[in-house]
Parts: sequence; C-alpha cells; structure tokens
Amino acid sequence: MSNSKDIKLVDAPEGVEGQGFFATKLDTVVGLARANSLWPLPFATSCCGIEFMATMASHYDVARFGSERMSFSPRQADMLLVMGTIAKKMAPILRQVYEQMSEPRWVIAVGACASSGGIFDTYSVLQGIDKVIPVDVYVPGCPPRPEQILDGVMRLQEIVKSESVRRRSSPEYQELMASYNIT
Amino acid sequence: MALETSVIQEKLTGKFGEKVTGFILQNDILSFEVGSASMAEVMGFLKNDPVLRFNFLTDVCGIHYPDNDIERQFAVAYHMHNWMDNVRIRFKCFLNGENPEIETATGMFLGANWQERETYDFYGIIFKGHPQLKRILNMDEMTSFPMRKEFPMEDGGRTDKDDRFFGRITDNAHN
Repeated sequence: MSNSKDIKLVDAPEGVEGQGFFATKLDTVVGLARANSLWPLPFATSCCGIEFMATMASHYDVARFGSERMSFSPRQADMLLVMGTIAKKMAPILRQVYEQMSEPRWVIAVGACASSGGIFDTYSVLQGIDKVIPVDVYVPGCPPRPEQILDGVMRLQEIVKSESVRRRSSPEYQELMASYNIT
Repeated sequence: MALETSVIQEKLTGKFGEKVTGFILQNDILSFEVGSASMAEVMGFLKNDPVLRFNFLTDVCGIHYPDNDIERQFAVAYHMHNWMDNVRIRFKCFLNGENPEIETATGMFLGANWQERETYDFYGIIFKGHPQLKRILNMDEMTSFPMRKEFPMEDGGRTDKDDRFFGRITDNAHN
C-alpha cells in the first residue's frame, strides 16, 4: 500500500457515526461498492469505439472511476458500453451479449448511432439499441469526446449508487424486461 | 499484340449473331448486351476462347429499371477481365420484371458465388443452379429486396428522429 497523500477515497455514505461504529443502510454500501467497480464490456463497432480507446488510455483514464478492468467476457461485466452503428444483422448478437451478462447489469449507449441510429436512417441499421435491449444512460455526440463518455459513466454511477439492492426484482424492472422479451 | 475491341466484337457477333447486341465503348470498356438465355454460353466463350481469354470475373451486380417495359425491368451486369492482355469487358443481361431469373455463373467462376448472393439479396434476382442462394449481407428475416426502387431506403421503425432534419417526408405514420 502506498502512503502517498494524493490517493482519493470516496466519501462515506450518510449514516450514524459514533465511537467505534458506523451505521448505514445496506443499499448504500452495496451501491457504493458497485458504483466504484463497474467492469465495462466494450461493444465497439465504429468511431465511438476509437473515442472509448482514448477514454480507457492513460490521458483520460477511466480507471480513475474504478473501471480499469475491461471485461471481454459478458459474464464478468457489469456495464455494457455499446459504441457505434449496430446493423440489424448485429442486433441478435448484441441481445445475446446482454442476455449473457449476469445481474446486476447496466447499459450505456455511446454516440448517436447506438442511441438512435444516428445519420444512418436506412433499412439496414437498427434505429437505436433500445429497440432490442434496455438502456440506462445515453451519451450524445457523433462521436462523443472522451469527457462525454466519462460523464456518461459518472451518470451511471449515480444511478447505481441510488439503486435499491433489490431493484432488479422489482415489478417495474421485471415489466421492463418483459417488454423486451428477456427473461 | 494487344487484344483489340474490334476483334472481340467480330468474334462475338460471328459466333452468337443476334444474341449479342448494342456494342458501345464506354469509359474505354467495350460494353454490350446479351440475351439472358445465352448468358452462360457467352461467358464460357469469353473465358475459354484462346484469343479472348477473359479469365477473371471481376463483378456481378444487379440493376433495376422500373420504368422499362416488363421484359427489361431488371439487368444483371457482368464485368470480366483478361489478365494476359489487360483488357476489360462488360455486358448486361436484361430480365423480366416479374420473374427475374438467369443462369448461375458459379460453374465457371467460383467467385461468382457471393456476388450472385449479393445480387439476390438486394434485387431478388434468382440465379438458377446456384449452390446456396440465400441472403449474404442483410439479415435473414428481411422481407424486402432493398435496392428495388419500390422499397423505401429509410427504416420505417424510427421513432426519435425528426423528419424535417433528414429532408424526408414522414412515413412514421404508416409503420
């Protein structure tokens, strides 16, 4: 362990503190842990993927937010980042990748193409990945700058922190999944 | 000695007569029309004739002419290349608009396999005798042949795009 002083720790959640104890809700502790170790699964098909490479690399350094471990297996990933144009032929594969992720799982649609089909208003392109899988955060831009992708990740962290541990078994979530025909 | 276009034309008309028509030099490539029934015959001649030697099939593609009369609404364009003399050639076969069918070229050129699948995928032109005539680029569930003029280029399922910014007449209402 380094003793240097420039290591930043996340703030402790709201709770009751006394001598030798600290009490808080389980939800916030779990949320805090989840939010600061989101393992990304990059699903990069085009230029937004290049921007994400910059985001991963030393200059923008997504590792500062606890996401340094790129997971190229969906089973160990928490956060699916879809970057680039998704052709309709690709849609079932994207869906399969999402289905293979274990709960809890979140999705960020990075860039105009993943969010809405972008400039590709054509018969062969999926008009937004939310036609096949549910999306938590949309990052606009064509392509978005690395700062925007980082902002998207931070927005997702806010969602994760404030989410109930049991959100995924809530009726709303199950209804959402049912609307996408995902069991 | 380079292969002259006049020689190609003479050999073709000498062998096939009325089946090959409309010789024209377009962008330095000799182009002509072949009756769709004689396509395989003409292509085999171009490939195997010791003088012509068009040994390479560069491209197969479709064309849709919805305004032509019914017998000439589709065309398949073939590009061939003679590597020895570095001469290229191009010919079109016109097909019926309701029943576009033509012989496959896969027996002569294995490379025609994917090119014909692509032509089928986008135009719905049937290549008789093709070993595996199914879609290649588009998704299998697609019901249209998107390069035919009657099908819209846009995706009708789009919901969050403002048509004004795409210069399009809205079709969201119909889908």
